[in-house]
Amino acid sequence: MNNSRNDRILLLINKILLTVIVLVILVPLLYVLLASFLPPNALLSKGLAISFSDWTLDGYKRIFSDGTIIRGFINSILYAGGFTIVSVVVTVLAGYTLSQEGLVGKKTIMIFFLVTMFFNGGLIPTYLVVRDLGMLNTAWAIILPNAISVWFIILARTYFKGIPNELKEAAKIDGASDFKIFLKIILPLSKPIIFVLALYAFIGQWNAYFDAMIYLEDQELYPLQLVLRSILIQNEVQPGMIGDQMARAELQRISEMIKYSSIVVASLPLIIMYPFFQKYFEKGVMVGSLK
Amino acid sequence: MQNLLNQEKEPEEEFDRSKNKKINKQPPAKIKKISKAKRNLDYIKKNYILYLLIAPAVILTIIFKYIPMYGAVIAFKDFSPMKGILGSDWVGLKHFTSFLTSPNFLEIFMNTIKLSSFELLIGFPIPIILALMLNQIRKAKAKKNIQLALYAPHFISVVVISGMVFLFLSPTGPINVLLTNLFGTSFSFMSDPDAFRSIYITSGVWQGAGWASIIYVAALANVDPQLHDAATIDGASLLQRIIHIDLPVLKPVMAVLFILAAGGIMAIGFEKAYLLQTAMNLPTSEIIPTYVYKKGLLAGDYSFATAVGLFNAVINVGLLIFVNQVVKKLNEGEGLL
Repeated sequence: MNNSRNDRILLLINKILLTVIVLVILVPLLYVLLASFLPPNALLSKGLAISFSDWTLDGYKRIFSDGTIIRGFINSILYAGGFTIVSVVVTVLAGYTLSQEGLVGKKTIMIFFLVTMFFNGGLIPTYLVVRDLGMLNTAWAIILPNAISVWFIILARTYFKGIPNELKEAAKIDGASDFKIFLKIILPLSKPIIFVLALYAFIGQWNAYFDAMIYLEDQELYPLQLVLRSILIQNEVQPGMIGDQMARAELQRISEMIKYSSIVVASLPLIIMYPFFQKYFEKGVMVGSLK
Repeated sequence: MQNLLNQEKEPEEEFDRSKNKKINKQPPAKIKKISKAKRNLDYIKKNYILYLLIAPAVILTIIFKYIPMYGAVIAFKDFSPMKGILGSDWVGLKHFTSFLTSPNFLEIFMNTIKLSSFELLIGFPIPIILALMLNQIRKAKAKKNIQLALYAPHFISVVVISGMVFLFLSPTGPINVLLTNLFGTSFSFMSDPDAFRSIYITSGVWQGAGWASIIYVAALANVDPQLHDAATIDGASLLQRIIHIDLPVLKPVMAVLFILAAGGIMAIGFEKAYLLQTAMNLPTSEIIPTYVYKKGLLAGDYSFATAVGLFNAVINVGLLIFVNQVVKKLNEGEGLL
């Protein structure tokens, strides 16, 4: 019975450790949220002595007084939305074809896609293709080149395989064409996988900055993440956010608050949304890997 | 993934069988072959819609994946935009040798390997441990809440994570304020080359470990609870049960994920490394992908940058094959490829 006592101690340690881990994750997030409403380091220097008058919306006011973040927000919605539509449509169609039993050439097509998971031409040749197609500085450069994910195709294919064959056979006997079967029978049954794919595509594109950085030159076209990059990493607070001239210390105070509030503005939508969709995300991870 | 590849193997066996038949009785096999081609053609004619459905994916893949693969030949040429890919002059391995003999080759190469292998060594086991820990939480509600918190950082963008790193670690940021208050010293994290890897890996674990544990948590959910009950009655301790019941269940998942991760060592992400770079930490933070970007797109040396990228890709594929062989040996013949 010594075992059971040791086990109980272990389980207790386990609970404590997990609590610590959860705190390690949540504290930085909460800190960012609080710091966006407070002067720099007020949280640490004053601790619980923070008074009501310390709270301020200055950071947020400055962000919204300048159009850059809002424009970035709108651009991001357009890019992520367009990317999601193209990616999901193309992926679902391909996944459906590859899910067919006895499809002639299936192995070849699969290899055709799988090869791209391990080999690619690299950054420069891809850039040259996009440039030669005249897509530089257009939304197409963001939407098209990475719209195909082999992983997504496998995910969709696996899902379609799970739809009972009898349904298709029955429809075929009734004289429905392949296309009709797909539209009228398969698609309505595929809402969950379409939803998972759309969530993944949207969030992936929403959070991406690299393609936009290399393909877009015009600042007007910048998505939110690139705007954030210039504020957070390159330390370029937009002139419209500062407005009048001010002392150096004041400038530092304001720019730090702008940084914290822009993090909140950019991340809050996803963080709030995600608990509602958690089960879909998990489903996506699992279907794609082992089932 | 395993499933996927097993399925791909089946037709191969069939093919082998038909080959044997061919050897046994040659004349009928020939007729069979013709009829098979005809049968395939009939199938394609009858089901042409299926091929139309997959066409957009194939076309996009050709344009944005296969044509660039062809475009990579500029690594062996002196690419000039005026002459185009075909018209540019061949220069053989010039760009490769100039990279390999350049004074900063060794530094960049080792930076790449170190950053990603340390990331793998630290980042790989943590999600497994997290999953085993989570698996011990019996209350479903509590477990779900913990998971909710663990997964949250996954949804933050890499720009924001890097921004948080800069804010927290800046000379006047909260970490340094704490350090000054507690120990009277501060530390300039972002300008210290020695700190770069720790910062990169720690922020990566903070963001990704929870999410990466999902797959292990799911695998553990399939363990029959009766196994644990029976082992407990036989006097097995919790640790013994984890080692002998839980870990073996995770082994196949671990093998696949390890091969994929190790095979991606040279394919380490450009995005966060580039964001976390400062002029001061370049001695450790300059890795091949960031070097390719700077040389190619910022400095306009297309051919040289493509050669460096290609060099990286070749090592990567070699590594993938090597790791797959090693894991196969360790894992009773079960690999990925």
